[in-house]
Amino acid sequence: MPPTPPQHHSHPGATPGKYLTFTLSGESYGIPVLKVREIIRLCPITPVANMPEHVKGVINLRGKVIPLVDLRAKFCLPISADTERNCIVVTQIAAAGGGTRLYGVIVDGVEEVANFTAADIEPTPDFGGAVDSMFITGMAKSGTGVKTLIDLDKISAVDGTIAIQALGLPSSQAS
Amino acid sequence: MSNDRFETIARAKKVVQQIGLELAFVDAVKENGVDGINELVRHLESALDQETPEPIVEAMTAVRQWIDERVAADNKLSSVTIARLGDWQPWIDAALMSWEYELPYPAFPEGWRTSEEATVPQAAPPFQAAPAPSLVPAQPTSAPAGRAQPSPAPATLLPEQTVEVMPADADAEMLQLFCAEAQDLLQDIEQGVLVLEVNPTDSSSLDSLFRAFHTFKGNVGVMKLMVLQQLAHELESMLDAARRGKYRLVSESITAILSGADILKRFVAELSNQIVGVNTGRTIDLPIPQLIHDVHSLLAGESPAAAKAAGGAPQADAVPAPSPLSPSPPPAPALSLTSTTVAGSGAESPRSTTPLPDEPPPPPQAPAAPMSPVAPTAPPVAKAPAANQAAVPVIGSGIVRVDTLKLDSLIDLVGELVIAQSMVVQNPELKAITSAHLSRCLGQLRGITSDLQRTAMSLRMVPIRSTFQKMSRLVRDLALQQGKEIALELEGEETELDRNIVEELSDPLVHMIRNSADHGIEMPAARSAAGKPSAGTITLRAFHQGGFIVIQIEDDGRGLSPAKIRAKAIERGIIRADEILDDRETFDLIFAAGFSTAEKVTDLSGRGVGMDVVRRNIEKMRGKIEIDSIEGRGTTFTLYVPLTLAIIEGLLVGIGDQRYVIPTLSVRESFRPLPGMVTQVQGRGEVVSVRGRLTPILRLGRHLNTPHTATDPTEGIIVVVEAGQDSRCLLVDQLIGKQEVVIKNLGDMFRHQTEFAGAAILGDGRVGLILDVNALVKLKARNNGEAA
Repeated sequence: MPPTPPQHHSHPGATPGKYLTFTLSGESYGIPVLKVREIIRLCPITPVANMPEHVKGVINLRGKVIPLVDLRAKFCLPISADTERNCIVVTQIAAAGGGTRLYGVIVDGVEEVANFTAADIEPTPDFGGAVDSMFITGMAKSGTGVKTLIDLDKISAVDGTIAIQALGLPSSQAS
Repeated sequence: MSNDRFETIARAKKVVQQIGLELAFVDAVKENGVDGINELVRHLESALDQETPEPIVEAMTAVRQWIDERVAADNKLSSVTIARLGDWQPWIDAALMSWEYELPYPAFPEGWRTSEEATVPQAAPPFQAAPAPSLVPAQPTSAPAGRAQPSPAPATLLPEQTVEVMPADADAEMLQLFCAEAQDLLQDIEQGVLVLEVNPTDSSSLDSLFRAFHTFKGNVGVMKLMVLQQLAHELESMLDAARRGKYRLVSESITAILSGADILKRFVAELSNQIVGVNTGRTIDLPIPQLIHDVHSLLAGESPAAAKAAGGAPQADAVPAPSPLSPSPPPAPALSLTSTTVAGSGAESPRSTTPLPDEPPPPPQAPAAPMSPVAPTAPPVAKAPAANQAAVPVIGSGIVRVDTLKLDSLIDLVGELVIAQSMVVQNPELKAITSAHLSRCLGQLRGITSDLQRTAMSLRMVPIRSTFQKMSRLVRDLALQQGKEIALELEGEETELDRNIVEELSDPLVHMIRNSADHGIEMPAARSAAGKPSAGTITLRAFHQGGFIVIQIEDDGRGLSPAKIRAKAIERGIIRADEILDDRETFDLIFAAGFSTAEKVTDLSGRGVGMDVVRRNIEKMRGKIEIDSIEGRGTTFTLYVPLTLAIIEGLLVGIGDQRYVIPTLSVRESFRPLPGMVTQVQGRGEVVSVRGRLTPILRLGRHLNTPHTATDPTEGIIVVVEAGQDSRCLLVDQLIGKQEVVIKNLGDMFRHQTEFAGAAILGDGRVGLILDVNALVKLKARNNGEAA
């Protein structure tokens, strides 16, 4: 049984602990550091045809083929040109069939590993639809600003659905 | 006490087995269905002789009378009567075994007793002085008394049975595989037992234990180790009863399971020693009859106390028993659980199936045993008592079983090493250094890395040959046992498969081959009557087909009858009576859980460990299974197994700056089309004439929405690919070359896409996607829209 069964729109909230924070289009996000396997530089990406926009393709991680997700596309954030600071955070998240799988996540830059106490973390405010709050587990206050804490397990859990929709509507990708 | 008895029993057993098969096959609605059974029972009657013990005689009388009634009535078998015979047949089977080992007879199945009670005349007891006036002498309640009967007072132990360890005509490789598999199974068994000790009704442990013994039984059956097969069968029966809730495991039964596992373990340890040439040909003594006895009494529902007396006997009471015989009692207590080899040798030997050849251990060597149980120089006799302890560390089985995940990561790392090595060697700064020593060292590094890579790859890939050969043995044995003529034809044995897929395939294949031999191929007479050659043929073939390895099991037997399957499925409550299914859906029902159930308990086909498990195993490998069958003509099972991690030879093609791999097996040819070869067909897209055949073009770059340079077919290269009967021309920008690649799974994020069968790491470390040719060829409708 996967550790976190996908259940939409109801999350227990972020747990206090260490988070890796990174930036996406100038905004700060955080993911639990225990989910992070490693951080690597951008490497050649092999695109996979007819996949949703946020699935950039696959990369070779020392002999393993792992999918690469662009959270900026996923969150509908503007995507700027790649810079030296861009990197790939390799995360280990629950796979659909149980167990875990590695996913690469493109980020604009990695900031730090921060320790957030329960007092630092606040529940997700209502954004009124600007950001799909389904993936957000909470907001953490830190000295340098507010970080959005996200749940990567949930992102992978709904990827399949998006892919089905994309394939089911060939006209949307005919251009 | 004569050998005749064993011959009689062997003959009778064979007929009983045939009856079991007949019951399994028999068609409930067929006319004169009783005749076959009648005939076999007549065989059985003639097989039995004067000395047949009373319970069996009674059972025969009962069944004879019952059959005569059926013949007199309508000469038809209904499913009720089949089930009734289905109760009788296992009983007689068990009773024969009881006779063989002089164990208490199992309780006669209910229903049989009541109806016959009035009518059956008290059969004259020709052999035993029947103690009980009741029809069934070995009633559960009388079991303690019955137990005391066969052996003199303190020795509640039955004699050990001497077992030939090495099967006569065994193939060493098969034996090794058997040992390796057996060790895994034994480990499963021990783990399961530990859980059961705490929670005797844990159904998943019960299931896994049951399956482990079931598989073990199958394996030893193939190896012709009949004695072990009986043992495994008994324990399996007990577990089966437990998992169906008919029997509740008590601590004695768990002890019995553990002792059974110990016996199997000792045997396997001895076998693996003998394979490598230690004491080849030696026989060992195992307390199998005692254990079978214990299991019988436990199953017969002895009160826990009584069972304890019987089950506990081997542990404590055993020691005094042999003391008058054995010159040195001290070593015995050291072997607590299965204190065995010393016990009851000599004196009681006439009762075991084969005379015991070995004598009590000579005094000089015996004292050494408790001190150093595994004295390496100890002669065989001294070592035998210690085998119990020696069994745990397995000496030189020659096979190391490794977690495939470790193997995967090893291969990944080796791949990385090869790339890193080429980066070092190609490094311009290093190249600038002109040093003979350096270049020698680099050359050595390159040599070692490529050797390492080759070895690592070979770890995974094995030809399917050995698995197939195991099947030919199985088919031979099945044919002999059932009196059928079956030829097994093997094709494509050299097909290389990923090792773990081969391992996973072995069990399903055994089940399916058994299925074909048991239920598919008819008896020679029936075949001749149907106008077929009297020898049936089962063809087992393996080949690659578009990203899959296909394994087919084809028989020319009776085929599947949709009507019968439907009737059975409705009877079992799998489908509703009003559901409408086509033939294919109907065939699929045989994979439903609970479809095949315990109508027959033989060592051939299972009791519900059937096709549903096969399908589950195949699906676990992300494969699929299909059935084609024509009633009366035969059945073909087709397994599609993914070649995840299998190496294929691929044609590397470029589209824009991306590279794709097309499995070479699907490529027929490639060429650069000349102007005029390509024709626009209204409504059908573009076609090109390839060797006189008009073949549709698929512009791969456009199809994959990827930048491409060849906007006109004449600027690119046409690769003609085929899948099955269909072919298609793929338009790509350029051909790059051929390369062997290791197929990697794309993972569940990409499970809904259909264009790619996987990915591969190319020589420069980038990922190349492997095209799924099957899907591309079949993709007609959508391409038309795009090309138009």
